[in-house]
Parts: sequence; C-alpha cells; structure tokens
Amino acid sequence: MKTVHIQYFALLREQRGLAKETLSTAAPDAAALYSELGARHGFTLPVTRLRAAINGDFTPWPAPLKDNDEIVFIPPVAGG
Amino acid sequence: MSFRLSEQPLDPAALKASLADAHAGACVTFEGWVRDHNDGRPVRALDYEAYGPLAEKEGARIIAEALAKFPVTRVVCVHRTGALQIGDLAVWVGVAAAHRGAAFDACRTLIDEVKARVPVWKKEHYADGSTEWINCATRGDHAGP
Repeated sequence: MKTVHIQYFALLREQRGLAKETLSTAAPDAAALYSELGARHGFTLPVTRLRAAINGDFTPWPAPLKDNDEIVFIPPVAGG
Repeated sequence: MSFRLSEQPLDPAALKASLADAHAGACVTFEGWVRDHNDGRPVRALDYEAYGPLAEKEGARIIAEALAKFPVTRVVCVHRTGALQIGDLAVWVGVAAAHRGAAFDACRTLIDEVKARVPVWKKEHYADGSTEWINCATRGDHAGP
C-alpha cells in the first residue's frame, strides 16, 4: 500500500464532496486509482476524458504512482 | 512575458500599458467576455476554477512556444478565477510586435492554446437555476431533450 494525496477540481470536486484527501491505495497507477475512486464516489467522467497530473505536472497515462505522490485528475478544461 | 491567474477584476488599460516597448509597431489584444447565452441556453453567471500551479506552468509553456514561433516583443495573458457576471472580462491576451502580422497570429494562437490546455474550468449558471461544468457532460447528464 502507498499513501497518496489527491486534489479534486470542478466536477470531480463536487462529485467527491471534497477538495483534497489523503488515502492509502494498492493501485499501481493513477488510472487504476481513478477507477477505484470512481466506483466508490460515482464519478461520471470516464478516465479517457481526463488527464493526470502528478507532483505538479501532466503525466501520461497510466501514470505510475509512488508513495506520497500528489495527484490531480484533470477534467476537460474550459478556460476563456 | 507572463501568464497569470487573477481573483480580482482585470484592468485592460493597465495590462496594455505593460506591453509598451520601443521596438513594437503593433499591439493586438483579445478580451474574452462573459456572454448571456451558450448553446441556446440563457446564462446568468459563471464560476471559473483553476489548478493554480499547473495553470501557471502550462500558461508559461504556451507563451514560451509563442515566443519561439512568432517574432513578437511582449506577451501577457491573464485569466480570471472566481464568480463572474455577464459582461465581465474573463481572459485578456495582449501581444506587442514590430509588425501587425506576427501580433495577430500570436494573439490568436495564444488564446486558442490557453482554452485548449490550461487547467481552468467553467461552471455556467443558467436562468432556470440549473448549472453545468462546460465540456464535462456525459451521457445521461441532461434532463432536457
């Protein structure tokens, strides 16, 4: 198990009901972690429409995880 | 040369003044305003939310790419966060260059890339009281036709 720190934004923040959390997971990568969390919290966005950011920068899927990583799942952006 | 987020209203005159450069013979600016409709639905207000550190990092990369691609002298882009009303200035892009062609081209590229890549999200509040995170709809989200 590893400890990971997750921040949620926009639709994911609302669906999770939290802006951040720290948890233990056996997921080897961010894609697996998202499916674990999605099943638990009913996230509507499929992983194929998200990007992953680990420790402050975009990271290609499946985005392997290490202990104490900071993870952000990036929903489709909509600036401007 | 900067990309930044602002929780406060933007001042276009001050932003434009920050582009001043004796080498520049052209200045092109773009203002994105909050409009009162989207996809045929009346919009009452917007919220913008950003992943600040990565938004600023990606914005800086977009500006660096524009500087490498276009002969421009100065570039500034600022994006609002927080609650905005109809008519508010949501995003401002300004480019100064020796000649107008590069200034127009760089400004267009910058706003297009910012909209496509920077982690900023927009929640629309509609006249009927409903809300939606733009680009985040999935099948089954909509009650309407």
